Amino acid sequence: MEPLQIAEKIREKFPDEVLDVKEFREQVAVTLKKDRILEICRYLHDDSDLCFDYLVDLCGVDYFGKKEKRFEVVYHLYSIQRCHAIRLKAAVAESSPEIDSVTAVWAGANWHERECYDMFGIIFKGHPDMRRVLMPEDWEGHPLRKDYPVKGPEKEWLGFGAVLERAKRFKEFDWQE
Amino acid sequence: MEQIEKPFETRELSISMGPQHPATHGVLRLALNLDGETVIKCTPHVGYLHRGIEKLGEDRTYFSALPLTDRLDYISSMNNNVGYVNAVEKLFGIEAPERAKFIRTMVAEMGRISSHIIWLGTHVLDIGATTPFLYAFRERERILDLFETLCGARLTVSYPRIGGVRNDVSQEFLDELYEFVLEFPARMDDYETLVTENRVWKKRTVGIGVISSEDAVNWGLTGGMLRGSGVNYDVRKHALYDAYGRVEFDVPLGKNGDCYDRYLVRIGEMRQANRIIKQCIEKLPTGHVMADSPKFTLPPKDMVLKDMEHLIHHFVLITKGPGAPEGEIYSATEVPKGELGFYFVSDGAGKPYRMKVRAPSFVHASILPKLCEGGLVADVIANIGTIDIVLGECDR
Repeated sequence: MEPLQIAEKIREKFPDEVLDVKEFREQVAVTLKKDRILEICRYLHDDSDLCFDYLVDLCGVDYFGKKEKRFEVVYHLYSIQRCHAIRLKAAVAESSPEIDSVTAVWAGANWHERECYDMFGIIFKGHPDMRRVLMPEDWEGHPLRKDYPVKGPEKEWLGFGAVLERAKRFKEFDWQE
Repeated sequence: MEQIEKPFETRELSISMGPQHPATHGVLRLALNLDGETVIKCTPHVGYLHRGIEKLGEDRTYFSALPLTDRLDYISSMNNNVGYVNAVEKLFGIEAPERAKFIRTMVAEMGRISSHIIWLGTHVLDIGATTPFLYAFRERERILDLFETLCGARLTVSYPRIGGVRNDVSQEFLDELYEFVLEFPARMDDYETLVTENRVWKKRTVGIGVISSEDAVNWGLTGGMLRGSGVNYDVRKHALYDAYGRVEFDVPLGKNGDCYDRYLVRIGEMRQANRIIKQCIEKLPTGHVMADSPKFTLPPKDMVLKDMEHLIHHFVLITKGPGAPEGEIYSATEVPKGELGFYFVSDGAGKPYRMKVRAPSFVHASILPKLCEGGLVADVIANIGTIDIVLGECDR
């Protein structure tokens, strides 16, 4: 099926949910409200014409200061049987960064959603194991947000004297005779 | 004398396998809960090699993010480069010349052979066969030597460029490669004699780590992991990027979805890759190797050193980056591990607004609990080998 036809089909089935349909380089992105995302995904997966059996990718995008709702969760779907693709985008506001998990539809969404939580702080409701995946568990902040700095603060070199002084202090942990 | 029966006390044993363990192929840590030799629970911990490549990519121009992709799957960097430049070209709306496309296809397949061969060597080594490992490295060395003749680097090649490739191939390179291509099938026969019908090998892999075709699709597996379960999905056939539409090759498929079938699929893939390289050399068209679109590609270096206009052009592109059209694209290529996808969001600047790398190893690592739980602890090793992950790509 042509991607625009798929978008039309989604619009017919869920007229109130579709906000925008955009085409760029023969790829179609459908922007949706986030509330019924699980239902829409279930429909795309189960419908015999659409048959989106393969969740290619799931990721977040941070439109900090660019869009009214700061985050977008992007789903790339592909149908191995029908050989067609579509991109879904669900806008998520910063005030309540929550969206339904689609792990019930595609098991493979599990780690993608964990990564999205890790990097953007978007919480996926109904996810079986909502932990950080790439960053350490006690990490503060969400690195891929646009207000997260690329570099850490630069520390000035203390000078050789200070380093020797410090080494002397650590001597007390040395092996005792 | 009266014998007192004492109840046997058993308890669950938790062990941490990795992150420094030779069989985990990098810095993968598995937290295993064992009942005797049976794995009750397996929790993979990844992220030890996280370098924030996506964040770094958003801070660099499209040109200078290319070497970052070398560091994704560092044993098949050529394939990552090809995936990256294909995605960026799609975003820019430019196309590489025919000759460059054939060269890319050729070097990507060389990368596939070198990656699969290292997989074969280490996978069988983990299970206990030492000999194929030594032979595998001999063949890999030849490919790396060829890469060196081609571009000067052996591992982090950065050879493809946005709009083509860095330099044309020499006749000497082609001759050497052709010689390799003619010899390679016999080498493959050697490996297969050592491994394929080996009784120990079959005992350790047949029926181990079975994934049904439905599960494989549902979990988003790609590459050998998916085709081992008999699902015919290969990005090279579905997307026909580069010159894959003009070469003939088959997609090997497995039946049972166990470690043994995945082994057969990857062996078959190596033979097909060899076939593709041969066709590429034979069909290699003449012409340029860089696209002629000054807005997005760098001017030739010799002109930059001679001519003022070219120097300015070079300077502007390098400092500001090529102004990409506003929009977003997802582009996938088939790398040895599976489907490597790049998702770019562009806001019209010289840097991507968002660069997402869809790494096959990341997805494949997530299925480890499903493969390992309920099996024996010895089979964990076979399962780690069969999913063929590289942690550089998994952690990004």
